[in-house]
Amino acid sequence: MIYEGKQKIWSDYQKDIPDDHYFYVRSCIRQSFFPASEQVFLDITRNRLKKDFFETEHHTTCGGIAYHSDAIPQETAMTIIARQFALMNKYGYENYVCSCITSFGLYTETLETWREFPELEAKIKEKLWESCKLEFAKPKYLAHASDIIYKFRNQIAQQAKFKLINKKTGEPLRVVEHIGCHYAKMFPSKGFGGAEYPYVLAGMIEAWGGEVIDYPERRHCCGFGFRQYLVQSNRGYSLSNTHKKFESMEPFKPDMIITNCPGCPYFLDRWQYVISEMEGKTYGQDGHGIPVFTYEEVAGLVLGYDPWDLGLQVHQVSVEPLLDKMGIPYDPAKKYQGVNGKDLGRPELPSCPGL
Amino acid sequence: MATFGYSLTPSSRIDLCKFNQEKWNRLVELESDVLKCMACGSCTASCTAGKFTRTSLRSAILYIQNGQEKQALELVQSCLLCGKCFMVCPRAINTRNLLLSINKIYSVK
Repeated sequence: MIYEGKQKIWSDYQKDIPDDHYFYVRSCIRQSFFPASEQVFLDITRNRLKKDFFETEHHTTCGGIAYHSDAIPQETAMTIIARQFALMNKYGYENYVCSCITSFGLYTETLETWREFPELEAKIKEKLWESCKLEFAKPKYLAHASDIIYKFRNQIAQQAKFKLINKKTGEPLRVVEHIGCHYAKMFPSKGFGGAEYPYVLAGMIEAWGGEVIDYPERRHCCGFGFRQYLVQSNRGYSLSNTHKKFESMEPFKPDMIITNCPGCPYFLDRWQYVISEMEGKTYGQDGHGIPVFTYEEVAGLVLGYDPWDLGLQVHQVSVEPLLDKMGIPYDPAKKYQGVNGKDLGRPELPSCPGL
Repeated sequence: MATFGYSLTPSSRIDLCKFNQEKWNRLVELESDVLKCMACGSCTASCTAGKFTRTSLRSAILYIQNGQEKQALELVQSCLLCGKCFMVCPRAINTRNLLLSINKIYSVK
């Protein structure tokens, strides 16, 4: 092995991202799936790391789901994105950070398309002016929110109240990291570590004390795939994808899964229930499922946030066994209480008791 | 089991780590002919029961080498032992003996 050559290849897949002053845009589906993740991200960056992250209620979806489902053409998605950039310009920001991997992929695709075809960018400028009477300038820097947490992972580790370590045995927790396909598979140079060795989540896990599991289907898609899921008769494709991943990771006995995409945690979490109902099989230890988290939720747990304030009660697979392993205190009576003690209701219990 | 309006397709992934070297060595010891097979498929093409069963020695050897023992057994256990494949094999492999040995060795869990 030529060491310098390896170093050169690795350096091609690194990003030097700005420290501060970002315009933050939320995901259209994450707030339903994982309601506290984005709020926790803003709380960590603003109050723990003392950074400037601005958001406005005027931004919309990026159009990614409609675009990838072939419901709208690319030019419509580009015009929506141009409007988001116009909002960023209006509030005086140049660095753009998005919460969603699909958005990150679509923003990257749009910027790269405009770089290759400037005439298309000029056309979108006209479209935006016609439709909204707005003008835009492209961001100086585009980041995904997981890049930010990755960048500050060591500072978070310094403030950590809990580590990704089994408190009883003292051994690192065995963590599966799953990176959304649109993070670096389409444009490898835009993600830490490229498409083959993406390091964005592995870096967090290592910094917070866990052990990353390398298993055969590690880079396989979670199965969301938009049209695979959106049409009911196609959902078998989505489910079979996820099933393949779980069959592959099962022998490595993972304690938890961390993801950085809206669809992946949702499907890796919910399909465990469906597989248990259809096949009677669970993949975690002691007959439980494997708890699935977003990186913000894990950062929140490490920093000592209350698990129920992180929205962990809306997960399909119970998180309590993992909280016990990490030694995180929680009040079972408050699991289904919302703000001011409002009762959130109880989920119907699955027939497979382990979940 | 619950139904949701869609089904689960088992993965067709081949895990070569599941290849059992010990059983393979035993098979080679008993029937060294297995190493002669060039997967031409004459055995499968000439199989008397081939139209009615899934018998295929060629595929069974391939499954064994891919660590898919269960699938291999399904293909050899329907053999009628007529011996026609023995007559057509261009490598003169004793196919009947080989089928019986595969069944004997790979039936043991």
